[in-house]
Amino acid sequence: MRIYETDIATPLLLGTAQYPSPKVLQNAIKAAGCEIVTVSLRRETAQGTGAGFWDVIRQTGAKILPNTAGCHTAREAITTAQMARDIFETDWIKLEVIGHADNLQPDVFELVHAARVLSADGFKVFPYMTDDLVVGEKLIEAGCKVLMPWGAPIGSGQGLRNPDALRAMRAHFPDIPLIVDAGIGRPSDAAAAMEIGMDAVLLNTAVAKAGDPVQMARAMAMAVRAGRTGYQAGPMERRDVAVPSTPVLGLAELV
Amino acid sequence: MKIIVNSKPFDVRSHTLSDILTEVGFDSPAIATAVNGQFVPKKSRAETPINSGDQIEIVAPMQGG
Repeated sequence: MRIYETDIATPLLLGTAQYPSPKVLQNAIKAAGCEIVTVSLRRETAQGTGAGFWDVIRQTGAKILPNTAGCHTAREAITTAQMARDIFETDWIKLEVIGHADNLQPDVFELVHAARVLSADGFKVFPYMTDDLVVGEKLIEAGCKVLMPWGAPIGSGQGLRNPDALRAMRAHFPDIPLIVDAGIGRPSDAAAAMEIGMDAVLLNTAVAKAGDPVQMARAMAMAVRAGRTGYQAGPMERRDVAVPSTPVLGLAELV
Repeated sequence: MKIIVNSKPFDVRSHTLSDILTEVGFDSPAIATAVNGQFVPKKSRAETPINSGDQIEIVAPMQGG
C-alpha cells in the first residue's frame, strides 16, 4: 500500500491507548510488524509525562500518525492538528471531528471543512469518516488522498456493520487507499475488511483490551495479510444451493 | 499578573509565552501551545506577549487511537 508517497508493507495501523503497560504496547507493535501508530495530544502535566510516552513510541521506530480525537468542531481539530505538527514534526494527521456523543460518529460537515483548511496548509489528512460515498467525494475534493471509513462505532468491537457500503466505496474509489478505522473486534473482522478490498485496517481496543495484546497483535497482522491475499486471489461467487465438489461422474453403483 | 494555564490559575512575573512556560515549570521539549484558543508555534513563543487574564493551553504526546 502506498499512502502519501509512503510505502507500507503491513496493512495494519495500531492505536497506542489502553494497553496494560508501555512494554506491552511496544511488544504488540513489534509483533504485528506495525509501521504506523496513532497518538494523541492531551494537556501536559507539570511532571512532563508526555515526553516519556513519546520516548516509548520513538523506540518502536513506527511512523507517527497524530489524531485530533475528542475535537467536536473544525476549529478545534485544525488547532489540534497545528499543535501536533509542531510537536511531532509530521504533516500527517488523523482527522477526527466527533459529531455524536453516543456513537462517536464523525460530524462530516465539520470534517470536510477541516480537511479543506488543513490540506491547503500542507497537511496530509487521514479523515475518519462514515461509509458515505458523497462524503468521500467531498473529502477527496478537499485534498484527501486516503479515506478512513468506520467499520462500527469506535471501541465497540462489533466488526463490519455495513460491508455493502464498504464494497461500494471500493468500487467507487478504485485508486484511493481505503483504511477501515474503528469497530474491529476480532481477527476475522480485520480479515473480512481486507477480503472486500480495503487497503488496511486501523484498530486499537481490539488489541489493547485482548487477554494477551501481543498475541492478538500478531493474529491481527496475520488476518490482514490473509484477507488481502484472499481479495487478490478473487473469492468464488456465493451460491444459494449445494454443488458437490467431488465429481459425480464415475460414482460406483452400490445399491 | 494572573493568567490561566490548562484551566488552573497562576500568578506570574514573566510577560512572554516562553518565559512563562519556564516560570510555571513546563520545560519539556515535547509540548505544543495555544493562547486564547490560537495556536502558537514553538518558534514564536519568545515573541508572543501574554496579558493578564490570558488562557494558555499546553499539550503533550499521549496515548491515542
